[in-house]
Amino acid sequence: MMLTIRNLTVAVEGRRILDGLDLDIAAGEVHALMGPNGAGKSTLANVLAGREGYEVLEGKALLDDQDLLTMEPEARAQAGLFLSFQHPVEIPGVSNLQFLRTALDCLRKARGEAPLDSAALLRAAREAAQVLGLPADFLKRGVNEGFSGGEKKRNEILQMLLLEPRFVILDEPDSGLDVDALKLVAAGVNRLRRPDRAFLIITHYPRILEYVRPDRVHVLHGGRIARSGAAELAHQIEAGGYAAVLEGSVA
Amino acid sequence: MSTTELDAALSQAYEAGFVTDIETETLPPGLDEQVIEYISAKKNEPEFLRQWRLDAFRRWQTMKEPHWAHVRYEPIDYQGLIYYAAPKRRSETEIDPKLLETYEKLGVPVHERAALAGVAVDAVFDSVSVLTTFKDKLSEAGVIFCPISEAVQKYPELVQKYLGSVVPPGDNFFAALNSAVFSDGSFVYIPKGVRCPLELSTYFRINTARTGQFERTLIIADEGSYVSYLEGCTAPMRDEHQLHAAVVELIALEGAEIRYSTVQNWYPGDEEGRGGVYNFVTKRGLCAGRGAKISWTQVETGSAITWKYPSVILKGDDSVGEFYSVALTRGRQQADTGTKMIHLGRNTRSTIVSKGIAAGHSQNAYRGLVRINPGASGARNYTQCDSLLIGPHCGAHTFPYIESRNPRAIVEHEASTSRVSEEQLFYCRQRGIDPERAVALIVGGFCKDVFQKLPLEFAVEAGKLLEVSLEGSVG
Ligand SMILES: Nc1ncnc2c1ncn2[C@@H]1O[C@H](COP(=O)(O)OP(=O)(O)OP(=O)(O)O)[C@@H](O)[C@H]1O
Ligand SMILES: [Mg+2]
Repeated sequence: MMLTIRNLTVAVEGRRILDGLDLDIAAGEVHALMGPNGAGKSTLANVLAGREGYEVLEGKALLDDQDLLTMEPEARAQAGLFLSFQHPVEIPGVSNLQFLRTALDCLRKARGEAPLDSAALLRAAREAAQVLGLPADFLKRGVNEGFSGGEKKRNEILQMLLLEPRFVILDEPDSGLDVDALKLVAAGVNRLRRPDRAFLIITHYPRILEYVRPDRVHVLHGGRIARSGAAELAHQIEAGGYAAVLEGSVA
Repeated sequence: MSTTELDAALSQAYEAGFVTDIETETLPPGLDEQVIEYISAKKNEPEFLRQWRLDAFRRWQTMKEPHWAHVRYEPIDYQGLIYYAAPKRRSETEIDPKLLETYEKLGVPVHERAALAGVAVDAVFDSVSVLTTFKDKLSEAGVIFCPISEAVQKYPELVQKYLGSVVPPGDNFFAALNSAVFSDGSFVYIPKGVRCPLELSTYFRINTARTGQFERTLIIADEGSYVSYLEGCTAPMRDEHQLHAAVVELIALEGAEIRYSTVQNWYPGDEEGRGGVYNFVTKRGLCAGRGAKISWTQVETGSAITWKYPSVILKGDDSVGEFYSVALTRGRQQADTGTKMIHLGRNTRSTIVSKGIAAGHSQNAYRGLVRINPGASGARNYTQCDSLLIGPHCGAHTFPYIESRNPRAIVEHEASTSRVSEEQLFYCRQRGIDPERAVALIVGGFCKDVFQKLPLEFAVEAGKLLEVSLEGSVG
């Protein structure tokens, strides 16, 4: 297994948001995670990435055989974990290119590699921007500074393409995107699909799953995975709401 | 990242804190007319200067140390300080290799073949200038760049005409003290119509314990000339405080432009606030003629206390004043810094961009005055003051004073205060960036507008300095 989560129980400000969650994702697979607003999807993503403010009461999460929950956030990133944020933050005055260079330097240093030379980075960044339909001057702009919602999401994908992580969590990469942008984002994800890489896509809509076919779809409810199924499960949810698919589940 | 981690990230070793073991000639501590006579005689000064110093000293004795700034410190014992310290010269021509070593260690290009070939350096060690590079190349262009003590000998008429013309000896307590005891500093004269072929820079180093440094810089840009000048400063780590009370005067005649940049990294003291330099500096420029331009850019990361307000008097019509500042405080540092833009001439313009960054238990204040006199029709000022807080124990303050006596002048002021947010840090760390680099990256972005104003070589230096100042071990 690439990602193994066992009995993960997490509280935020004393309230249990995740409660005994189990999840396995094998290398090469794409899993989708759905669930009502406030179910705890972003909480799961943040806990895996190491954000502060979450109290892990029980359980564990392994990336390959590394115990994620004991690692610093940057160490998790260096181990290959990437989180595309639901709400990417702005870093005024720091250009996208400078940000990418710093991140790449740190990741490469952790792997014992020399820094990528500027020309190679610029070439790769320009190419990735083009794939995502972003203008060339985009790289010079401050990180997410004044970006539209859709541009922010595409910027997350741009970073993913350049940082080449092994395990990717995409937290609602599709929300707020027009149909063309959605296709570009999906194309970006598909570009990275490889037998030694895995994805967890958090979404409310089956549409993105038309372009990035998932191996499994899970529904988060009551703090754990209440239902899992094949890609069709996303359509059942779309058609009948969560009540229909969760009927008789343990929540 | 927790507050303690942030604090750890911000506490780092001061890299310039070593002491040079060199024989010095020093006066015993204390200040009276004899000390002033000694300094003046030591430098073989003309009578006008001796008298000027003594007048300043008498003025100073009647003045009180100012306490309106947002800083707090123990009383300074002016009789406990040394007012003159100079490395002993081994011969008239030879420079002690230990001095060269010191500057090399600090990354100052004191060899003319150095990588920064476009920069001429004047190196001031304690009370005296120890070397000046590229003198020949500059004199070919007619540019004078030498220690002020040398200028007093060679160009007494220029010195007499301009010394104290912008910052009179009685201007303030510290300026009066400086006028009485100033020991050395740089002198620059750019002739009419000349664009200075090199960046000029002075590097100040305090070495000897308990020594006050009182340098005096005088820059005159004659009509239609241009010069870019940079000063850098460091001092060893010492447990007691050191006083630095400099005066800088700039004069830009008609159509001349002076760009003055400072990278100030005096020893800031330790985490508890022991030691560190008191940086009480008076810097002022006069746009004397039509269309003159003076631009101050400063990156202030050092000193226990910073008290300085590089200012511009916009006397000539259509003259321009600029002030771009980054002031970073951490540990127990206190900074009260800003500028004064005094608009006298018509259609004069000024721009102020101040970026204050406070971390640890530090206090960081911007204090700025924009005055538009009745005759300054069509004057314009734009002020932008941004503060960035790192952690919960520091403070940022803004004291803007606007005095507009001309209804047709336009004065705009914008201010903001923000924090390095947990969200921004987490975002960076999620991309694999360690916390120190993340903080440096965020702070660098915040300062971008000011860094862009520095000469290219120094912009890189300033960025690195900021990074080093923010670097450290993280638990
Ligand atoms: N820092 C926090 N402080 C207080 N409550 C929080 C915090 N973070 C999450 N929560 C709460 O935890 C619950 C789960 O939130 P989470 O963001 O994980 O939901 P989600 O499944 O991602 O929802 P959505 O589909 O709306 O994005 C919510 O009730 C939310 O209010
Ligand atoms: Mg969410």
